[in-house]
This record gives sequence, structure tokens and C-alpha cells, in this order.
Amino acid sequence: MTGSMQHLIVAPVVLPIAVCAVMLAFNERRRMLKRALSLATTAALMVIAALILWQADKTGVPQVYLLGNWSAPFGIVLVADRLSAMMLCLVSVLGFTALLYSFARWDRSGPRFHVLFLLLLAGVNGAFLTGDLFNLFVFFEVLLAASYGLILHGAGEERTRASLHYITINIATSLLFLIGVAMIYAVTGTLNMADLAARMATVPPEDLMLLEAGAAVLGIAFLVKSGIWPLSFWLVRTYAAAVPPVAAVFAVMTKVGIYIVLRLNSLLFGGAWAETAGFADNWLIWAGFATIAFGVLGILSARTLSRVAGHYVLVSSGTLLAVIGMGGLELTSAMLFYLVSSTLSVGALYLIIEPVERNADEDDIIPGLEEPVFDDEYTGAIEEEENEKGIVIPGSIAVLGGGFIFCTLLLAGLPPLSGFIAKFAIVDALFSGPVISAKAWILITLIILSGLTTLVALTRAGIDLIWTPAEDSPVHLNVTEIVPIGLLLAACLVSMILAGPIFSYMEAVAADLGDASLYIDAVMNAPRAGEPEMGEAL
Amino acid sequence: MEAVLALAIGVLTASGVWLVFRPRTFQVVLGLALLSYAVNLFILAAGRLRTDAPPIIGKDVVDPTLYADPVPQALVLTAIVISFATTALLLVVLIASRGLTGTDHVDGEDDQ
Repeated sequence: MTGSMQHLIVAPVVLPIAVCAVMLAFNERRRMLKRALSLATTAALMVIAALILWQADKTGVPQVYLLGNWSAPFGIVLVADRLSAMMLCLVSVLGFTALLYSFARWDRSGPRFHVLFLLLLAGVNGAFLTGDLFNLFVFFEVLLAASYGLILHGAGEERTRASLHYITINIATSLLFLIGVAMIYAVTGTLNMADLAARMATVPPEDLMLLEAGAAVLGIAFLVKSGIWPLSFWLVRTYAAAVPPVAAVFAVMTKVGIYIVLRLNSLLFGGAWAETAGFADNWLIWAGFATIAFGVLGILSARTLSRVAGHYVLVSSGTLLAVIGMGGLELTSAMLFYLVSSTLSVGALYLIIEPVERNADEDDIIPGLEEPVFDDEYTGAIEEEENEKGIVIPGSIAVLGGGFIFCTLLLAGLPPLSGFIAKFAIVDALFSGPVISAKAWILITLIILSGLTTLVALTRAGIDLIWTPAEDSPVHLNVTEIVPIGLLLAACLVSMILAGPIFSYMEAVAADLGDASLYIDAVMNAPRAGEPEMGEAL
Repeated sequence: MEAVLALAIGVLTASGVWLVFRPRTFQVVLGLALLSYAVNLFILAAGRLRTDAPPIIGKDVVDPTLYADPVPQALVLTAIVISFATTALLLVVLIASRGLTGTDHVDGEDDQ
């Protein structure tokens, strides 16, 4: 490994933060400059994520970056293995498209949108890369602090109310996070995930209960983020109140919680030590089922598309968590494919909702541009009139309708798109054993039921919003709105066409997750730069 | 000393939880502040309670039992800064919500 490739791992965190610092120096009026900077950054993040993915897949062992060149259990490490690399790619694609979409007009409805957006990406990337529990807390706070700003973006009464709940819940959750971390540290004396996993075997039996309690408290913090029932009541309202590009990128934030649950569950309770193996599995399975059921009921009862999308996020989280609880190689790889597919498609749905609803009843829609709360923040930021008229695309209804049908097929899991492949793979993996358990039957039923209800709800909404002739002029669409939606749908299309190679990658990820010693060895034996093996690294 | 610390954490947590469940936004903010004090004390306790033990090891002394665990102290510092900042942010949102909705109820509307 060459020196420059080694430093690539830290780039997804450092690059956005550095660009943020530069952007803060410029006045809010220099909008084109800020747009160019942030778009270039997100594009660079995609390239970096792809390179990390390529590198992680080629070498097959987790790539470890020792921050400050302190060796593993003492310093803080960043770890890029196949799973982290995959999540980095996912978030960078979603980040790029959501940012591009925001250029249509959303980035002008409040100050410092680009800075907050990039900080959110830095926090999410850091959470995916870190190999240390307390550092995870710091990255969580970075992404949460940015998300507080983004949820308030555009101001307005409904957003302020929703964000008040969102911030309160997340501060309380962060406190639970700290309690969990403190309990785990008190028992094991380490916060490095690899070191922790290695020490699980040596924890005396009388301390085991304390450790499990700590892990459970910590887990609750992540499960709140991923929107598990009954800790999910904040999610739908918050996501519905956010402006569309923010909601689209928030769709990946629930996946941060899921990623951590998956990572810690496989490292700490993966079955290598009999006393703790499978300690969380039943909880995850049943809570996942309840979440899917709640989401299904929510989808059926929702009256606006953004609430359908919010409940769909819940269904997706519930499915993922239940499958994590069940475990197994095939099922895990199918689950990872579902994670990618559902995140991309729900992101696309959040982006397409607003153009689709533009013709609908005005009362249902939260206006994008509100009176500023603080006058001085908005100097020169709002020019509502000119941006409403972008380039009119002929047949914009056809484009919208086509995109909407595409979204519906993806979300409902109908053939031939990637949503179908993902659900089919999960169901197939559930049927593969000689004896099919009752839990597997329940999950299959819930997955099929959730697809059906999504189809019903989206079809109903589509007929209402697209087929009903509009009284006034047809929808005006900006190219900057169509392109990102098209990109996300194209990404789903690519994942359908390349399902074979993607699945073999997912199987490699699942195999890595099943073998905790790979991760532990890579982190604990990571050579410091300047030592003989790594002569040229620094 | 353990009893005093445990009592302090317990009382702070109980008061904090009670305040967080109150209907007024200011009470919620105070509740969160109390909870974060409790959590900070809890983290400190995770490193075992020691008095008169410095956390930084000097050059020539080798006996680590004479020293307090520095990691929880570093964690507490970070946690204090972060919870302080987020509470300040929540205060701003609280005031914005009060201004926009005309009430300090957490739901933005008074129940009749």
C-alpha cells in the first residue's frame, strides 16, 4: 500500500470539514461559488468512496488508519472494510444527488445550507469509518448538530415545532449513548471496538450482566436513530417537515443506526463467545416485526406522500433490523442489497414528492420559502420570483409520471427492478433452510404485506396527483430537479443490471462480518507509520 | 464517597427525567441539563473513584495503581462541551418556537 492510498481513508471526513471552513469565509451572496465548491466536494467524495471500495475489495482485509500514528488500542483508529466502504459509497451518491437537487431552489431558502450539508456528510462518513466507540459519539454529534441546522432550514412554524421534538429526543438519546459507553468502559476498560471484541472472552461472568446492560443502553441509542417501534414516533413528522433534499439525505441517517447495530452485533455478539452470543437477536427480530407492522399501518393511513415515504423508511428499518437479528450468511448479504436498494429508492421518492405534489392541494404542502426568523441572516438570499420558472421541459408530466412509477415499482418490490431482487433474495434466503421457522414465516408475510400496501398507497397517490388534470398550468420542472432523481433511479437500475457482481460483493461483506477475528487482527496489528514495514508511508 | 456520588447521580437523573416529561419547553431544557450533569458524573464514576490521584503519569514513576484513569476524564470533557453546545442550540430553537407559535408548550399549542 502506498502512502497516498493509505491517507485516502481519512479523506471522507477531512475533505468536507476543510471545505466547510473555507466556505464560511465567504459571504452568503457568493452563492455560485458555494454551489461549485460543495458540488465539487460531493463529487470528490464519490470518487474517494469508490476508490476506498475498490481498495477494500481488492485487499480483502480491513484498511486501518491510525490517527496521530498511535498504535491501536491507545489511539483512535479509522477502519475501512468492505461494509464501511459500501456505506460510504451509498451516502456519497445520495449526498451528491440531494445537493444537486437543492440547487433548484432549496439551498436559497435559508443561510449556510452548503456548510451544514457538508458537515452532515462528514459526520455520517466518520460514523461509518470510526473504529472507536467514543469517537463514534463525536461523529454522531457532528452529524446530529448539522442535521439540527438542516431540519430548521427554510424556517417556518411546522419545521420549528418538528425540530424542537427532534432535537430534544436526540439530546436525550445522546445521553443514553454516553451511559452505554461509560458502562462498557467500566467493565472492559477499552472503547476500541476491535479491542472490545477481543476482550469479550475475558470478561468475568459476574460482570457480564453489566456489560450486556451497557450494550443494551447503547443499542437503544442507535435504535432510536434507526426508527424502531416504539421509539420512532418522531421520525415521520420530522422527515415530512424537512425540505426535500434534506429529507432525502436523512433517509440515509436511519441507516447509520442500522450500520452500527450490525457492526456491534457482529463484533461483540457474533457467536465467538458462547455466553454473549445472540444476546440481542430476539429483541431485534420482534422489535423489527413491530416496526414493519407499524410502518405498514402508517402507509395505509397516510394522506400525504411525504408521510408515506416516512413510514416506508420505518418499514425498511424494521426489515433490516429483523434480518440482522436472524443472521446467517445468505440472509445478511440479501439484507445488505436491500439496504442499498431501499435507501436509494426512498431518497428518490423524497426528491420526486415535491414536484409531484406541486399541482396538488396547496394546504397539504409546507411552503419552501418562509419569512426569515432573523433578518440579518438572509441578506440577498431570497429571490423567489425568478427561480420558479426554470426551463420548461415539454411533457414534464410524462417525465414525472414515469419517475413516479419507477419509484413505486422499486419501493413496492415489483419485478424487474432492484427492489424486487432485494426482497426476493431475502425471502429466498429465509426459505433455504431445511426447516422454516415461525419467525421466518412472519417476516415473509410482513415483507409481502408491506410491498402490497406500498403499492396501494402509491398508486392511490399517483392517480390523485398525476392523473387528475391540473386547473392551472402544467408543472414546471427544473433540469436540476430531474437530473438528480434520474441519477438515483439510474443507480437503482444499475444495481439491478449488475446484481450478480453486487451480490458476490455483499456475500464477501457478510462473510467478513461473520468472522470478527479478521477485523480484530487488522486493527490490533496495524503497523505504525515509520516502522520498518511501512517505511515510506509518512 | 461512593454513596454520595451515587445519590447525586440518582437525584439528578430523577429530577431530570421528571422535568423532561413536563409540558413547558423551558422545563424540558432544564431537565436535559440536569440529565447531562448526571451522565457526566456517571462517566467519571466509570473510571473508578479516586482521590488525590493525578491522571497524568510522569516520566520516572512506573506504578500505574497510584494514578487515576485519565480516559473517563477526557471523555467527560468532550461530553460536557458537546452537551453544552447542543443545549444552547435547543434554547435558540425554543425561543424561535415560542415566537412562531406564541406558546411555550412543547407541542406548540396549549391543550384546552
